[in-house]
Amino acid sequence: MNRRNIPSLIIIISTAIAMASGFLVLGGYFFAQNTNGQASLLSDIRLTLLNWAIILAGFAIFIGIINLSQVHFKKIQNKQKGAFYSLLLIVSLAATFLFGLFKPGQVEIVFTTVQLPVEASLMALLAITLTYASIRLLRRRLNLLSVIFLVTALLILLGTAPLPFVGDIPGLSDWVRPFIAQVMAAAGARGILIGVALGTLTTGLRILFGADRPYGGNK
Amino acid sequence: MSIGLGIAGFGIVFFSSVLMLGLAFLHRKKPSVFRDIPAFTRLRQAVGLVVEDGSRLHVSLGHGALTTPQSASALAGLALLHRLANLTSAGDQPPISTSGDATLAILSQDTLQAAARTSERANFDPTAGRLTGLTPFSYAAGAIPAIRDENVSANVLMGNFGVEVALLTDAAESENSFVLAGSDNLVAQAVIYATAQEPLIGEEVYAAGAYSEAGPLHTASLSVQDVLRWLIIAAILVGALLTLAGVL
Repeated sequence: MNRRNIPSLIIIISTAIAMASGFLVLGGYFFAQNTNGQASLLSDIRLTLLNWAIILAGFAIFIGIINLSQVHFKKIQNKQKGAFYSLLLIVSLAATFLFGLFKPGQVEIVFTTVQLPVEASLMALLAITLTYASIRLLRRRLNLLSVIFLVTALLILLGTAPLPFVGDIPGLSDWVRPFIAQVMAAAGARGILIGVALGTLTTGLRILFGADRPYGGNK
Repeated sequence: MSIGLGIAGFGIVFFSSVLMLGLAFLHRKKPSVFRDIPAFTRLRQAVGLVVEDGSRLHVSLGHGALTTPQSASALAGLALLHRLANLTSAGDQPPISTSGDATLAILSQDTLQAAARTSERANFDPTAGRLTGLTPFSYAAGAIPAIRDENVSANVLMGNFGVEVALLTDAAESENSFVLAGSDNLVAQAVIYATAQEPLIGEEVYAAGAYSEAGPLHTASLSVQDVLRWLIIAAILVGALLTLAGVL
């Protein structure tokens, strides 16, 4: 066989495997039961394939961490901007790994004392970022939809948070806010979710037919 | 799932499949006509600029794990990454991709490697497709340096995000770089609308392939979505009328 044909052959084989797995999992989902109520053969195949996928995803995390380390080692090696933070990341990664190795039962401490507070701080930072972005929205996109977006956000905020010394604003807290949140926003959200579901369906079908091949190299 | 529901679900998928394949075959030679989505027009301009000024394109795929239903938007992002990587293959610097899920990171590396092979770029850098963190905020914190420090002039954020996407859009805006963002998550969509330069709302995320001329099946999938949408509207109206009449 010509060596140049090998990549094409790999693509054909990986596409065939992916399509067959996709159809089997889909079939197992729709025809999960036999007429006597027991699990069908397709359902068993689906569970087996999903279990394999979960095992592979677990192993992918290991590869992902190697990739993460590679990126940061490269940054340190090339003395790129932010190399100190990369060094910090590598040291923290190694320390957490060793901590988990020697004190496997207590590794949660790292997450509750370091990871959680840092992520909570980022969440607080996010509140400021969002407020600032909302103010800039009118400068960036001055149109009717942006005005409606901001007025709605303001009404929901005023209706949700009681004002000092005043408390709930009559009419706003008990009528306007529930109407916006439970009628208008819920209706809009359902429309968007139906669109997302249809998009998900067609994306899945494109992958099943091999039109999108995020595996084995697109050509 | 009961047998009746299974058959109904299979019927919908089968009908959609036949319709998609049929439309793709019928319209394979016709030029596609779509409604104008300004975000995609500006993305094409931004990609052109990336090639011209020798800067980089950054595609972030979110943190929707491949074994969950949230992966669909990331897979749409991967299809767009493939298309954009090919379009920017003439540029000085290859695109970079960040993600918050290991399987997505591997797939993005594969997509970038395939694009490098197509463009006959001498060396493929495996760190171009990278995992930046495994929790939503660590992923965002890891992706920000890529936006700020790697000569990126255009960012495409497409996948499953939460509120943390605001940190990414804010970082991109502070660098005066182009941002197109879309997600399947409702909360993220609201945040993206307020913070991103070019937001994609609802199913627009899944239209990226068709708008970037990725092939007839992409175009057909938009038509299938429209047909199904009309069927759902008809079903809702019939349901409402039957409820009014006291039948349901």
